[in-house]
Amino acid sequence: MNNHLNVEIPADSEVILGILNNSDVVLKKLYLAYFPMILQLVINNNGNEDDAKDVYQEAIIVLYNKVKRGDFELSSKLKTYIYSICRRLWLKRLKQMNRYGGDIKDFEDYLPVEDEVEKHQDRDLQLNKMGEALKLLGEPCKTIMEDFYMHNKSMQDICERFGYTNADNAKTQKYKCLQRLKKLFFQQQ
Amino acid sequence: MKNDQLLEMIERYLNGEMTIEERAEFDALRNKDAAVETKLEEHKNFTGLLKQYNDRHTMELRLNAIHDEIDVHTLAHDLMAHPSIVVRLWRQHHSKISVAASIAIFAMLVTLYFTGNLTNQDPRVEQLKKEVDGVKDRQKKLEKNAGGITGKSVKTGPTIIAKYRGTGFALSSNGYILTNLHVVNGADSVYVQNADGESFHTKVIATDASHDIAVLQINDPAFKNLGPVPYGFKKGKSDLGEDVYTLGYPTDAAVFGPGALTSDAGFQGDTAEYMVSVPVNQGNSGGPLFDAKGNVIGIISGRQTQTQGVTFAKKSAFILKTIQDIPADSLTKALTLNTKNTLAGLSRKDQIKKLKNYVFIVKVYNQ
Repeated sequence: MNNHLNVEIPADSEVILGILNNSDVVLKKLYLAYFPMILQLVINNNGNEDDAKDVYQEAIIVLYNKVKRGDFELSSKLKTYIYSICRRLWLKRLKQMNRYGGDIKDFEDYLPVEDEVEKHQDRDLQLNKMGEALKLLGEPCKTIMEDFYMHNKSMQDICERFGYTNADNAKTQKYKCLQRLKKLFFQQQ
Repeated sequence: MKNDQLLEMIERYLNGEMTIEERAEFDALRNKDAAVETKLEEHKNFTGLLKQYNDRHTMELRLNAIHDEIDVHTLAHDLMAHPSIVVRLWRQHHSKISVAASIAIFAMLVTLYFTGNLTNQDPRVEQLKKEVDGVKDRQKKLEKNAGGITGKSVKTGPTIIAKYRGTGFALSSNGYILTNLHVVNGADSVYVQNADGESFHTKVIATDASHDIAVLQINDPAFKNLGPVPYGFKKGKSDLGEDVYTLGYPTDAAVFGPGALTSDAGFQGDTAEYMVSVPVNQGNSGGPLFDAKGNVIGIISGRQTQTQGVTFAKKSAFILKTIQDIPADSLTKALTLNTKNTLAGLSRKDQIKKLKNYVFIVKVYNQ
């Protein structure tokens, strides 16, 4: 199958190490190695290329988080793990779209990963809520939150960027912004 | 302590910006005040979520950048399972194909129904039982009524209209009659009518579906003995080219049908039948087939529809076998076949005169 792309399949241990080191090269290798497998799964089961992309990227993120948390054990092949996650994600999506015909055409062996996918999707829901809250927050609060909490910029940098005359003003502003963000976040159901 | 100050302390604590003394002080505060502890946890989770949101966003950007380098469309084309052309055609057009097939089947059934091919009967052979048409029967009824008024009628039997009719002939003097099974099949009641117009009620006492033969017995109190049957039954085979004739009731008067034996095998090579060239019509079914000497050699059972003058008659050997096979307890009177043929020396004309009283119209009544 992978002959189509002429891609090399990286060794599983190399991928794990690469993820831990946040290596771009390894991420690319990983991505190219298994995408055809997932594309095949999705397009032969009532999906299109964009569906395959969504499902595959979600699975890569699941794998990343798992490895970073340190609880990925190489008990199965990476390929099998990715296939299982994608299969589960795609089944769920088919059901949501009422396109699920009762059986899925399989191309690989797979593991039971229901719990893991469930956990991931719960967290994903939280992150989506956070995205919504940030969108509603508006400027300059959004940028302050991003700079301070996401990009780890210092209060000094933030002062300069927004032209606050002293750090205390900036701190007060940041505090207000955080309170509003929390409110927006918890308001969503 | 104000909330914003507490938050700042929490942030500094979490980021490890506190001095050792401050840290110890804050740890003490955490232990003492549960509210501080809760706030710390909450803040940790919330900012953690913000970080994860950022991580996911960054990751998506990285993945999208990689994804853009793949020629997904070509790849998808290669990976698509390509089923055979038949399967693809079926998937794309199965609804249309189903509808077309239903219409075709329906049209075929309708055609078969209207051409009469849907019945089990072979269309090329026609059984000669006659469906009596309404007009004729009404006419007969009128005649009968007229006869009743003038007091001349000797006819007996029911006045309702017979649905089917055929011909039958006597097996013995005590009222056993032979006819075709298809004449009397499904009948509610069966009457026989002699040449003088007298009707007698009969009962079907034996049938043989494989040779299309039925034996009737007259059980009407008005029936008197027929007198000795003048003809015999031929046990052996008759030869091709022999002169044969039949006497039957395709109309209300007896009809003589002369002809010749044309084949030893009947419809579709059936060796239980003769093929004869004798003019017959509906109503002739069940009539006797005689040879020149006046022996019964068969019973008229059908004709071919596509060819003129081809008639089929069951061979007498099979009739005899059927009669032998009748269980003894179905017979209330002895069924003894005549073995002495008294017609042999007579001319055709005289033979028929004598025969006439032993050939009957079989009338079938049902709902």
